[in-house]
Amino acid sequence: MSSPVVAAHGAPKGFIRRYIFSLDHKVIGIQYYFLAVFSVFLGMALSVLMRFHLVYPDAKVSLFEKLWPTGAPGGIMTPELYLSLMTMHGTIMVFFVLTTAPQSGFGNYFLPIQIGAEDMAFPVLNMLSFWTTFLALVVMVAAFFVPGGAPLSGWTAYPPLSAVGQLSGPGEGLGQTFWIISIAIFCGASLMGAINFIATTIDLRARGLSLMRMPLTCWSWLVTAILGLLGFAVLLAAGVLLLLDRLAGTSFFLPAGLLVNDQILNHKGGSPLLWQHLFWFFGHPEVYIAILPGMGVASQLLSTFSRKPIFGYRAMVYAILGIGFLGFFVWGHHMFMSGMNPYSAFAFSVLTMSIGVPSAIKTFNWIGTLWGGRIRFTTAMLFALGFVSLFVTGGISGIFLGQPALDLYFHDTYFVVGHFHMIMGVAAIFGMFAGTFYWFPKVTGRFMNETLGKIHFYLTFLGVYAIFTPMHYLGISGNPRRYADFTNFDFLGKLLPIHTFMTHAAFFTAAVQLIFVFNLFWSIKKGKPAPMNPWDATTLEWTVPSPPPHDNFAGKHPVVNHGPYEYSVPGAARDFIMQSDPA
Amino acid sequence: MLLGVVVWVLTLVICYFFIGHYWWFPPPISQHGQAYDAQFNITLWVTGVIFFCAQIALGYAIVKFRDRGGTARYTHGNNVLEVVWTSATAVLFIGLVLAGTRIWAAVHFEDAPPDALKIEVMAKQFAWAFRYPGPDGKFGRLDLKQVDDQGGNPFGIDSKDPAGKDDVTSASLKVPAGKPVELILRSRDVIHNFFVRELRLKQDIVPGMEIPFHFQADQVGTYEVPCSELCGLGHHQMRTTMEVMTTADFDKWLQEQAAQK
Repeated sequence: MSSPVVAAHGAPKGFIRRYIFSLDHKVIGIQYYFLAVFSVFLGMALSVLMRFHLVYPDAKVSLFEKLWPTGAPGGIMTPELYLSLMTMHGTIMVFFVLTTAPQSGFGNYFLPIQIGAEDMAFPVLNMLSFWTTFLALVVMVAAFFVPGGAPLSGWTAYPPLSAVGQLSGPGEGLGQTFWIISIAIFCGASLMGAINFIATTIDLRARGLSLMRMPLTCWSWLVTAILGLLGFAVLLAAGVLLLLDRLAGTSFFLPAGLLVNDQILNHKGGSPLLWQHLFWFFGHPEVYIAILPGMGVASQLLSTFSRKPIFGYRAMVYAILGIGFLGFFVWGHHMFMSGMNPYSAFAFSVLTMSIGVPSAIKTFNWIGTLWGGRIRFTTAMLFALGFVSLFVTGGISGIFLGQPALDLYFHDTYFVVGHFHMIMGVAAIFGMFAGTFYWFPKVTGRFMNETLGKIHFYLTFLGVYAIFTPMHYLGISGNPRRYADFTNFDFLGKLLPIHTFMTHAAFFTAAVQLIFVFNLFWSIKKGKPAPMNPWDATTLEWTVPSPPPHDNFAGKHPVVNHGPYEYSVPGAARDFIMQSDPA
Repeated sequence: MLLGVVVWVLTLVICYFFIGHYWWFPPPISQHGQAYDAQFNITLWVTGVIFFCAQIALGYAIVKFRDRGGTARYTHGNNVLEVVWTSATAVLFIGLVLAGTRIWAAVHFEDAPPDALKIEVMAKQFAWAFRYPGPDGKFGRLDLKQVDDQGGNPFGIDSKDPAGKDDVTSASLKVPAGKPVELILRSRDVIHNFFVRELRLKQDIVPGMEIPFHFQADQVGTYEVPCSELCGLGHHQMRTTMEVMTTADFDKWLQEQAAQK
């Protein structure tokens, strides 16, 4: 392999070029990270309000009225406001947190350093992709403040509900239009980012860094980028079609014979199912976009802190590739009940179960990595171990939902909500916490506080289990999701004690996150100074100062001689061999 | 090390609530429901054992292999193990799907028996309507312009079609026990979903489509029907009931309704 191409920009001059419109992948990574931190707290606040409303639907809170004069008249939250909060919670979490932090945040900062490059392949595109994402977030949040408020059709925005304007409900006017425009902008940003990640990984690897010597983090970022490239392109197209149905009177998703809110509509020839196919063709790979980088981080940390090579490196790589590939053939499992051809459900379910196999391989290999190790319990490691536990718990319920026969009952119940929150919500977020504690010393030159970190970990770990496990019991009891309250059905009234328990668990868990915020900002200034390689890790980012210089390697070109997980090698001087150590 | 214990305790608590059936399915009222529960239980056992073993092993590794000053084992893995656990999970997971296929096939691949009672379902924001063909056994033509929810014509039955004169409409679903029933599901605005927990059945109702959906309920009683696809601000109150009646009671009810026409 030839030596890496020199990225075409010098050290920045001036505040704006340095910190705002920066071309430096490290600054952009941090920008993405903090955009996600802002979004995750916004999304969490929305979920706390939702949980509050579900248990205290009649409570008068004057703050609600101040925030949403029409959504909460007299301080009592309306069902449509609840649905708006739900829609925005899901959308912000999926797009601006789960897609943004693990890939664009950590990936931007560490992919180039881990592969020995000076920057991403296209620094200007990188900057553009961040600021486009920022614009998308602004447009999304603005949807709260337009007449009618934020949309209420959920993060999946199924037409006709999302396609016929204000007729189908408040928030379906301008709010839904803003939502679609924001998502379209976000798609553009993600496409730019995906191209950049792929080109960087393929072209800029250091001498000696063959694909099969890449850290599993880089593998997961690469495959995630490929998923993003193929998935977001389709979502962008679908979004444009939906916008045309709303604004230009087309009928891509709207059939003839609609009578909405006592008004006959003149659409014909469209299919509501077409949207679902396009949406989930993106939407299922999106799940892996959220979780694959977390898997990469977990693998990296489990090996590092067990002082053992990763168990079955090749199997892990093939599993990532297998998940990425199969991820494009399982979207139909979101549609078993949709009215699509029931024969195709059979094919989709076999493929869905097949994707469980590489997921299981990864779990076995993580436990295999721990086996016979010498585990160091840093906070970063605790979060990685928590990730494995949550991944198992969240993944196993997929075996129920992947069977169309069982989905006949579980579809759109809280069982589904519990499943995806466990796996793509909290497991992915545990991956981010793990990454934050692990790489913080590299980014800032300081450690985060370990005592605070461990308290935060244990309380969060118990908290998320307390919130999301009961959802499975609710699902078994048949509790439908997306209900603004549970007062209209006899069988739901009996389940209220579980909801009350979950709501209090959610309050508790949300409050505990303040420990993390404090730790994060306090440690930037006051954390204990960290050496260059505080975890005795092997990959290239630990060979450069903390924080790394502008071009990462100070004009040198690292050469890689070893695989990424050479821990406890018999006969070696230390219990690890760095990738750039002499052969 | 504490984490290992925490994982064990969480695992036991979760399993306790699954085994204790504290919040569970209502009893099934059909043969399909019984087959469903059997498939659920097989899946629960298979996944339960995997869940239990994986979490206990994780906790064990955390406790057992904590840093006590020794040396970690240098190994890059074991191909035999990889092959074993890959094929084992593949066989188990695919096996479960295949085991459940008959249940899915009975609902969706097989047509309703020819003698099934046909009932049309109309879902709209945020109410249900059900239509029975009346003594002539024929449904009347529909005309969107004649829809009148207040006037008792939620389907928009065309007043010019004689076949529609005796059609019976109802805001709740009544079916005879022990007789096959075929619903024809339609929506006139957004997507809704027909769900009866006791039947273990669920189906989206999509505007622009007529989706046939058949079942047979064997247990007399009244069961709640919650809309189960987000349909707008009143989604949580889109409720009706399904009343399963003895054949005699059902026939009497239908005759009375038709007589009022």
